[in-house]
Amino acid sequence: MNDGFLFASAFLASGVEMVEALTIVLAAGVTRGWRSALFGLGAAVVVLTVIVAVLGPALTLIPISALRLVVGALLLAFGLQWLRKAILRASGFVGLHDEDAIFARELADARGAAHEERAGMDWYGFTLAFKGVLLEGLEVAFIVITFGSAQGNLRLAALAAAAALVLVAVVGVLVRAPLARVPENTLKFAVGVMLTTFGIFWSAEGAGADWPGGDAALLGVLAFVVLVSFASVALLRRRRLALTPA
Amino acid sequence: MRHVAAFGRFWWDFVVGDDWRAAAGVLASIGVTAALAAAGWAAWWFLPPATAVVLWLSLRRAIRQRALGVSR
Repeated sequence: MNDGFLFASAFLASGVEMVEALTIVLAAGVTRGWRSALFGLGAAVVVLTVIVAVLGPALTLIPISALRLVVGALLLAFGLQWLRKAILRASGFVGLHDEDAIFARELADARGAAHEERAGMDWYGFTLAFKGVLLEGLEVAFIVITFGSAQGNLRLAALAAAAALVLVAVVGVLVRAPLARVPENTLKFAVGVMLTTFGIFWSAEGAGADWPGGDAALLGVLAFVVLVSFASVALLRRRRLALTPA
Repeated sequence: MRHVAAFGRFWWDFVVGDDWRAAAGVLASIGVTAALAAAGWAAWWFLPPATAVVLWLSLRRAIRQRALGVSR
């Protein structure tokens, strides 16, 4: 049961980040040429693969309870950031994430930048794609490493991320446009819920708590986090409407 | 030295984000859970509601900052 939950969480989290990375690579490719954008993408993927390959196995050397405590605390702090943003978006206090608008902004920036060629490549296009993929990919690497090591199944977490990469890359090549129709805000909400759920579960376990029902308690924690999140959205929506002048 | 500071700032922003009080609340809640477990009491029940409180306080702070025009 937990393996399925682990796969789904790593897949969704990685997919959402990769949709954002795709937008940046597309903007770099369309405006600055595909060669530099694809080299930037490739270089970032190599760096990320090295990070996961080195840090992942190294973490498995740490005792599992200490690992779950540290990983759980990190995931909980990190997951609450996602969840807070998602709740603020869902309740209307913050504008929704719009991949089309981001693409248009990236295009305008990339078109306005000076052309500088090094080693036969447009340096701006390379750097834009490299930085974009690396920064979005670091979140993927963080999730893969933490989920995989705490659950003792790094391979499954990496497989989920790879499946998300293949899916987003194939759709991206077919569509050749930002994946604006992906329900990104809903997915980010779901990922925030999952990160927070795993964070609570593992950090409590690492701190010495015994969950009633063992791993099955994860479903109870998930239901609690979902309930709190929806209640927060409902309360904040009401507050926003009360603040809006008639 | 500048690179070390930038590296530290990156990880701070990455994990803690713009509300350090929420991260501090998480750490304190985990500390209480560990204390309960060390004392031999049931400790599993504490962290979920504590997280809900931390989240709600963080949401309230974010809304207040927006109302005051503090962009984060």
